[in-house]
Amino acid sequence: MDQHFSRSEMLPPLAPPITERGAVKWMRENLFSSPLNAILTLLGLAAIYALVAASLPWWLNSVWNAESLGQCRAIVAETAGEGATGACWAMIRERWHQFLFGFYPPDQWWRPILALGLLFVALAPVLFAGQKRNMAFLLGGIAVYLVVTLTLAETPAAAFALAVALVLGLTALSQVQPGRLLWFTAIYPALCFWLLWGGTVWAPIVAMAGFVLLYLVFRFAAPVIGLTPAAGAGIVAAVLWWLYLQGPVSGLLQGALPFGLRAINSDLFGGFLLAIVIGVTGIAFSLPIGILLALGRQSDMLIVKTLSVGFIEFVRGVPLITLLFTASLLLQYFLPPGTNFDIILRVIILVTFFAAAYLAEVIRGGLAALPRGQYEAADALGLDYWRAQRLIILPQALKVSIPAIVSTFIGLFKDTTLVAFVGLMDPLKGVTQIVRADIDWKGIYWEPYIFVGAIFFIICFGMSRYSMYLEKKLKTDHR
Amino acid sequence: MAMATDVPKDSFRLSMLVYDTRYRSYTIQIVVLLLFAMAVAWLLNNTAQNLAARGKEFNFAFLWQRAGYDIGQQLIPYTNDSTHFRALLVGLINTLVVAFWGCIFATILGVIVGVLRLSHNWLISRMMTVYVETFRNIPLLLWILLSYVILSETTPQPRDFRVTDEMAAAGEAPAASMIFFDTVAVTNRGTNVPAPLFERGLGSVDLGFVTLNLTLLAALAVVAGSFWVNHRLVAAARAQQEATGVRPATWWKSILILFGPFIALMAALGFHLEVPELKGFNFTGGILVAHSFTALLIALTLYTAAFIAEIVRAGIQAISRGQSEAAFALGLRPNRTTRLIILPQALRVIIPPLISQYLNLTKNTSLGIAVSYLDLRGTLGGISLNQTGRELECMLLMMLIYLTISLIISAAMNLYNRSVQLKAR
Repeated sequence: MDQHFSRSEMLPPLAPPITERGAVKWMRENLFSSPLNAILTLLGLAAIYALVAASLPWWLNSVWNAESLGQCRAIVAETAGEGATGACWAMIRERWHQFLFGFYPPDQWWRPILALGLLFVALAPVLFAGQKRNMAFLLGGIAVYLVVTLTLAETPAAAFALAVALVLGLTALSQVQPGRLLWFTAIYPALCFWLLWGGTVWAPIVAMAGFVLLYLVFRFAAPVIGLTPAAGAGIVAAVLWWLYLQGPVSGLLQGALPFGLRAINSDLFGGFLLAIVIGVTGIAFSLPIGILLALGRQSDMLIVKTLSVGFIEFVRGVPLITLLFTASLLLQYFLPPGTNFDIILRVIILVTFFAAAYLAEVIRGGLAALPRGQYEAADALGLDYWRAQRLIILPQALKVSIPAIVSTFIGLFKDTTLVAFVGLMDPLKGVTQIVRADIDWKGIYWEPYIFVGAIFFIICFGMSRYSMYLEKKLKTDHR
Repeated sequence: MAMATDVPKDSFRLSMLVYDTRYRSYTIQIVVLLLFAMAVAWLLNNTAQNLAARGKEFNFAFLWQRAGYDIGQQLIPYTNDSTHFRALLVGLINTLVVAFWGCIFATILGVIVGVLRLSHNWLISRMMTVYVETFRNIPLLLWILLSYVILSETTPQPRDFRVTDEMAAAGEAPAASMIFFDTVAVTNRGTNVPAPLFERGLGSVDLGFVTLNLTLLAALAVVAGSFWVNHRLVAAARAQQEATGVRPATWWKSILILFGPFIALMAALGFHLEVPELKGFNFTGGILVAHSFTALLIALTLYTAAFIAEIVRAGIQAISRGQSEAAFALGLRPNRTTRLIILPQALRVIIPPLISQYLNLTKNTSLGIAVSYLDLRGTLGGISLNQTGRELECMLLMMLIYLTISLIISAAMNLYNRSVQLKAR
C-alpha cells in the first residue's frame, strides 16, 4: 500500500539571505557597492575617527567655571591628567554679553531683546501670510522668549508690562485680523530705532509723519493732477517736511510732552546686536532698491538703463571692503563740509547698495526667465507698466529667484562681519580681539570662533531652510 | 491724398509730455538725467570745497614719492626706498597671486566635493553635505582668522626642530620635525619651503621698468611649445580616426612631448632645490612663506570650494537622465559617458556661476587685511593711504584697479563660456 505524502498548505517563505536584508543589505548597497566605494567609505570612517579622537576629549573636558585660561588649564590638568586638552567655555560664560551686545549698558539690555522679539512679530505677516496656525506658533514662541529673557535681563516693571501687553495685543490681532498686523510691520522700523538708540520718542514719530504726509498729499492730489505728478508732489512735500520741519516739530513736542529713553551712542553697539541691526536693515532696504535697479536695467529707456547698468557693474566689481572704507573715509569729502552722521548709518547705506546691486542681477535673471508671452499678455490686457509689473511680472519673477535672493541675503548677513575694518565691533574680529587681548584669556582661539561660528551657522542655515519652505509653498506648477 | 490731409494736425501740448506715452519716456529720461547731473555736480562741488578746506589738491604725484615701509612678501624687487607706485605693484601682484592659486585649488576641491556629494555612497555624500553647509553658512572672515591663529599659535618654534648633541646621544627625537621628506618646516614664523635654484641660470634682463627673468621665460616658452605640439599631435590622431576609424595610440607620445623637453631644459639649467636648514635659532635657505598668505589661501580655497561644489552638483543634476541612458544604450562605458556626454553639457550650466565665484574669490582676497597680508588693499589702500593722507586718490585708484581686474576676469571667462556654449543653428 503506497502512501502519498502531499502538503496541504504552502510552506512559509524562507527569510532572505543575510546579505539581502536589514543593515547588511543597506551597507552593501550604500557603503560598499563597489571597490572604489568601499575605499571611500573606509577613508571617510578614518577621517571621522581621527576628528573624533582628536576633539572628543577636548569637548568632554570642558571647563565652565574659571577666572582665566590659566585656571582652565589647571582644572583640566587636575581632572583629566597632565597633557589632556579641554575646552574653556568659562570665557563664554564671562564674556557672552560682549559677543551679543558689545558695550551696550547692561541695565538697558531689555531694549535690544525686546526689539528682536518685536522684529519677529513684524516679520510674522510677511513670513506666514494668512496662516493663523503658524503665526500663533511664532507669536507664542516670541512671548515665551520675551518673558524668559526679559526676566533674566532684569527689565524695569513698566517696560516688562508694556512688552507683554504689546505681544498679547498683537497676538490677538494676528488671530482676529491677520492682515492688520502689517500696520505693525510698517511702524516697526521707527519703533526699533527708538528702542535701540533711545532719545526722545517724538523724533521717530515725527519722521514717520513724513510718510503719512506723503500719502495724504498723494491721496488728495491724485484725482486732481494725476498719479505721477501727485506722487512727485507727495515726495517733495515729505522731503521738505524731513528737511525743515522735522527737527523743530519734534523739539517742540519733546518740550511739551517729554518722554524718551536713555540715548545710547553708536560706539557702544557691538557683537551680534550690531550684525543683526546692519543685516536686517540692509536686507529690508536692499530688496526694493534691487527690484528697481533690475527693472531699470530691463527698461527700454536708454538713460535709465545705462545708469542702472553702470551702478550695478561698478558695485559688483569692487570688494565690499573698499565700499566700507568709502563710508568711513570718503563720505567726508562727498558731503557738504561740516556734515557728520552716524558711522553705523553710513555703513548700513553702503551695505544696502552693495546687496542691492547683487539682488538686481538675481532678479534680472528671474525677469529673463519669464516667457515673453507673460509680458505680451499683460500688455494685451491693457495694464500700464507698474500694474503689469506688480500683478503679473514681479510675482512670477521673484518666485523664480527666491533661492538666489535668500543666498544674497545670507551673503549680506555674513558680510556684516566686515564692518570690523572700519572700527565697528563686530562679533568675529572686533569682540574676539578684545577678548583675546585680555591678559586672562590670551591664547584662547577655538572657543570664541566656535561660539560665533555656531550662531552665524544657526541664523544662516535657518534662512536657507526658510527659503526652501517658501519655494515649496509657492510652487504652483505640476511638474 | 484727401484722406491724409484730413487728419487733424496733432498740435503739441505741454501736458502730452506727461500723459502721452510717446513722449513720456523722454520726459522721464530727461528728468532722470537732470537729477543725476545735479547729484554729480553736488558731489563734485562738495569734494572741491572739502579739498580746499583741508588744503589738499587732487593729484597723483604722491605715487612717485618714497614709500618708506617694508612689505613681507614681494615677488618683484622692492625696498622701503621704492616709490608708492612700486608698493602698489607689489600689492597688486600679491592680490593676483593669492587669487590665482585660490581659484585653481578651489576649483579642484570644489569639483571633487561636488561629484562626491552626488555619490551613491551614503557616508561620503553626507560628509560632503556637512562640509558644504558648514562653510557656506559661516563668514569667510572666521575661516581666515581661525586658520591664521592656528598656524601661528599652534605650530612649533624653530628651536623645537633642533637636535642637540645630548638628544642625539640619547636617541631622542626633537620636539618637532619637518614634513614632506624633511623639506618643509612649518614654524610659528612661517612655512619654510624649498627654493628652486639653477646652477646655470640664464640671468635676467633689466628693461628699466620691469626686470625679465630669462629662466622663467625659457621655461614658459618650452611649456607653451610642448602644449602646442601635443595639440597638433592629438589633432592629427583625430583626423586619422575620422578618416580610417582607427585611433592611433598617442598617450606615450603625449607624455614624451609634454614632459621630455621640460625635463631636458631643467637638466640643462642645473635645476636643484635648496632645502631650508636650521641654523642657530632660525631656518635659513629656501623660501619663507608667511602665514598670512597660507592662511588666506587655505580659507579662500575651503570657502569658495563649498560654493563651487554646489554649482558643480547643480550642473550635473541639470542634465536629464535620458542623456546618460542614451549614452549607455549606445554602448558607451561610464567614464566615456561622463567625458563625452555629461561633462560637455554640464559645463554650459556650470561656467556662468563659476565665473562669478572666481570674481568673488578675487574680491575676497581684500580680506587679507585681517591677517596683515599686504595685498593691494594693504599697500595702496592701507599704509600708503595712511602715510600720505590721500584718501580720495588712493581709494579711487584702488576701486579702479579692482574694477579692471573684475572686468578682465569676466571677459576672459565669458570668452571661454562662449566657446563651450551650444552653437545656435
